[in-house]
Amino acid sequence: MVTTLEPQIETQPRTAVGKDGPYHSALTSWAPAAGEPAWLQTARRIGLNRFSELGFPTPRDEDWRFTNLAPLTALPFRLAPSASDHVVNGETLASLPFAQLPGDRLVFVDGRFAPERSAIQPHTGGVVVTNLAAALETHAGALEPHLTRLASSEGQAFTALNEAFFTDGAFIHLPARRAVADPIRLVFIATGCEPGAAVFTRNLIVAGAASQATVIEQYISLGTDPHVTNAVTELATDDGAAIEHMRLQDENESAFHLAAFHGRLGRSTNLNLHSLALGARLSRYNIRACLAGEGIEAVLNGLYLADGQRLADHHMIVDHAQPNCASHEYFNGILADKSKGVFHGRILVRPGAQKTDAKQTNKNMLLSDEATADTKPQLEIYADDVKCTHGATIGQLHPEHIFYLRARGIPLETARRMLIHAFAGEIIDRVRSTPIRSELDQIVWDRLERHEPVHVGAHN
Amino acid sequence: MSQPILEIKDLHAGVQGKHILRGVNLTVNPGEVHAIMGPNGSGKSTLAAVLAGRDGYDIVSGEAHYLGQNLLELDPEERAREGLFLAFQYPVEIPGVNSTYFLKAALNELRKHRGLPELDAVEFLQFVKERIHLLELDEALLKRAVNVGFSGGEKKRNEIFQMAVLEPKLAVLDETDSGLDIDALRVVANGVNKLKRDDNAQLVITHYQRLLDYIVPDFVHVLCGGRIATSGGKELALALEAKGYDWILGCNTCAGCAAEAA
Repeated sequence: MVTTLEPQIETQPRTAVGKDGPYHSALTSWAPAAGEPAWLQTARRIGLNRFSELGFPTPRDEDWRFTNLAPLTALPFRLAPSASDHVVNGETLASLPFAQLPGDRLVFVDGRFAPERSAIQPHTGGVVVTNLAAALETHAGALEPHLTRLASSEGQAFTALNEAFFTDGAFIHLPARRAVADPIRLVFIATGCEPGAAVFTRNLIVAGAASQATVIEQYISLGTDPHVTNAVTELATDDGAAIEHMRLQDENESAFHLAAFHGRLGRSTNLNLHSLALGARLSRYNIRACLAGEGIEAVLNGLYLADGQRLADHHMIVDHAQPNCASHEYFNGILADKSKGVFHGRILVRPGAQKTDAKQTNKNMLLSDEATADTKPQLEIYADDVKCTHGATIGQLHPEHIFYLRARGIPLETARRMLIHAFAGEIIDRVRSTPIRSELDQIVWDRLERHEPVHVGAHN
Repeated sequence: MSQPILEIKDLHAGVQGKHILRGVNLTVNPGEVHAIMGPNGSGKSTLAAVLAGRDGYDIVSGEAHYLGQNLLELDPEERAREGLFLAFQYPVEIPGVNSTYFLKAALNELRKHRGLPELDAVEFLQFVKERIHLLELDEALLKRAVNVGFSGGEKKRNEIFQMAVLEPKLAVLDETDSGLDIDALRVVANGVNKLKRDDNAQLVITHYQRLLDYIVPDFVHVLCGGRIATSGGKELALALEAKGYDWILGCNTCAGCAAEAA
């Protein structure tokens, strides 16, 4: 199916942050950190002003129609204080997913780099893997063209807030033709030492021509208290770079997780981006991919699992700015209890972006009658020689599938599990790195096992 | 004489309020091949569905005994574990469920039920590879999701391949010949014939006599208007092919036969 839709112009008024608003005093008392480069101080001020103007999105905003932020905006605004590294012990670290993988490990505790918990291998050939705060001192020149510039905060309240308040994150620089074989693992731990407090992190990955790396971002909570994570990752790639980016969000059931990925992809880039949203009370992941050169292949791949009253939201814009690019998006959601899945996928094909091959699929499996899914595909096509398709389904387990398995001797419960697992497996199978894929498979399997019995019903 | 494998007595059943089977009587003994023929709408697939335990079918009255047990009380998976196998008329595609994984799970459920040790991955592969060649199927299909991307003929052969792996006591083949070209039909029939033993039985449901050139039945039953209108030896199938279903005595009134005649 090929559809052309008119672009949407946002005309909704936004709520300003009032004088009595919880963020007011934090905003007015804000001052840039001494010692930061002037360009960053400027960017932070812009972010702050933007947020002051925008305020929090409301359901009246088209991009937030299905995700109500009221429980988040009711929280008082507090920046998480520096937590002691010792809150996170070696045992905790060793118990985390991917702990057994070789390669760099950068640990951030409440948004601050924890060098004693981290392990960075020596790199040669100009490869830089470090924390952003350190890089601002040592590599400011390399950061300036990219940091806060790839992720525009225009109209984006949470990115604007992040711009103003981010404390640290990772900086990865791959010079041309450099490959880092082992995955680079970024571990973000929220201690919850100060309930309700917010952590702001920012990562920047700059990948030179024909460079290659796998980056894992994983987000976890130590306690069960509510906390807020606001995380932005920026990626710039040059000709022929190959990047696999895996994001595993597994925060506690009270957490609010607001994330964004902004990638500006150069010619013939190969990007494999994965999002696994397993945790948080409310999670939102904005994915923005600008295909800025010819011959790019981008796979955006996601799986969200929610139960209880949790909500998982993915919001994606793929911008085909150049011809001969392919972007394939696959997002599957498995929703139990009264949970809610939200998916918004917009594909923009700009004039001249001929031979675009864009495909988008969002499938939702509802495991209870009370779970809901909202899906909104949106194609905007301004070129005439393109192949663009989208499809979305919301349904329950297929009775014909169940019967087929049972007719071969497989018990009903096992049949249900096999099918749910298979649905998740469609996404997990796209992860290229074998050790990462195997571990994810186990994590998701364990998580799904918690949910039984599940409902078999009509499929649509 | 040994215990019959299947004994159906005056079975009445239907679906969605429609009364389809109207008094089916059938006895299948070990070592026998029975063919059930009949026009469209005569109840052939309903009979297969009721035997396999598909949801949504209502048993109005009558009995079906399988190896002495009340078949109609068993769940579909229990029937399968007891050795009843349905080769589906329309095998479903199940994305994401790997064929090997699925078949190994199924086989081990059966083995567990029979008190046999489960096969490990190596033993299982050895076991299935012998059987997959019987059906002239590509081993690569084992690595794919169940029936996903299989051609129509591959799906049907895959059903018989599963039958070869699970070694049922009673195989019900529901229009396994439909949609097969003559070469595939020969392969499928050859597979079915090789699986025939003195202690098992086959119930071959088909619209056309063609399949019975290859799978030679001991008994042919014509199902019409929800009951078996007539039974005979393999020559009955040939007569049907030559004369059409309306030739069946007393069955020029039911809708299916009337349609066939027209």
